[in-house]
Amino acid sequence: MSDQDVLAALGEIVQEATGIPAARVVPGVSFRDDLDIDSLSMVEIATMAEDKFGVSIPDAELAKLKTVGDVVDFLSAAGVPA
Amino acid sequence: MITAGAPPRFSRLLGLGEHRPARVMSNDELPAELDTNDAWIQQRTGIARRHLAGDGESVVEMAASAATKALADAGVDPSRVGQVVLATCSIPDPVPGGAARVAEAIGAIGAGAYDVNAACAGFCYGLGAASNAIRTGAADYVVVAGAERISDWLDWNDRSSAILFGDGAGAVVVGPSEQPGIGPLVCGSDGSASQLIHMNAERHLTLDGPGVFRWATTSLGDAAQRVCAAAGVAPEELGAIVLHQANLRIINVISRQIGAPNAVVADDVIDTGNTSAASVPLALARLRREGRVAAGDLALTLAFGAGLTWAGTVVAVP
Repeated sequence: MSDQDVLAALGEIVQEATGIPAARVVPGVSFRDDLDIDSLSMVEIATMAEDKFGVSIPDAELAKLKTVGDVVDFLSAAGVPA
Repeated sequence: MITAGAPPRFSRLLGLGEHRPARVMSNDELPAELDTNDAWIQQRTGIARRHLAGDGESVVEMAASAATKALADAGVDPSRVGQVVLATCSIPDPVPGGAARVAEAIGAIGAGAYDVNAACAGFCYGLGAASNAIRTGAADYVVVAGAERISDWLDWNDRSSAILFGDGAGAVVVGPSEQPGIGPLVCGSDGSASQLIHMNAERHLTLDGPGVFRWATTSLGDAAQRVCAAAGVAPEELGAIVLHQANLRIINVISRQIGAPNAVVADDVIDTGNTSAASVPLALARLRREGRVAAGDLALTLAFGAGLTWAGTVVAVP
């Protein structure tokens, strides 16, 4: 799965969890500062991403993921299947 | 062989009672040290206000108040109560437990009495034990009260916990029935995650909000479905979902996972905060008081909290 595919799938997850349009989910934006997504919604996004991508995102790691790009990089590094 | 005991019989709820302390604190009235605001709290928890206990509202006194109302609602004379169960985790001293004093205060003189501490899940554990006591003939009527004064154990400088909790008590009377009125108790625990909600070195209640949210939203939907299955009740048959009133966000996620299209979802947390073991009986009684459920409706109860512990059952509304 390319970074672009991961980004698209992440956008769908964010939209489902929060109602924020997937088109706003682009690498440079901050979940908290730009999208006003709080810590509980981040947990929802993380658990949905875990199911979707088959990876584990522990709370300690999740706390470090500030931007959409951070999450895409994390998922890629975690070895999201192609 | 043992020859005495009641013939096989079922159990059901006969009455409900609430004690909500008179003092109400809105989000705007919270101490300034918490550095928060109404919008921030409501977005993350759904909580708008909570009741805080005052003088004459100890755990035992609030439990007795709710239990007396439940007995009146049930039309059961206190002298006929065989057991009193007090679910609490915020009584000031562990010894003596509070249940015997509740029994004395409500006029159930000499009744069996014991406390249950499964934190926020305690009421449902007590309800399961009470149901079994009725079914085996150990008692004809059992009072189960959940009562908490969590405000005594809060660090009023800790935003992650102080905004969440409130005080109060709810109680039910359980008695015999010709038809099943309380399903089997389904329960579980995870001691490996005990630090998610615990008392810290300063004797203050502290919790990891995102960690609790993750646990609740990824494991308790399945638990709720097992509660229904154990009772032989399809989610479509539920008239109400009465989850532990921890956080409206958690309640909404689990309710979606249960998928009960005909059920009203209890949302007492908005006006009451998290009252720990008192929350399920308070929320159930309020649904009935407001006419959102009627006698005979099936309500899923599921409570969960520190331990970690959880327990639930399906009940027919009295």
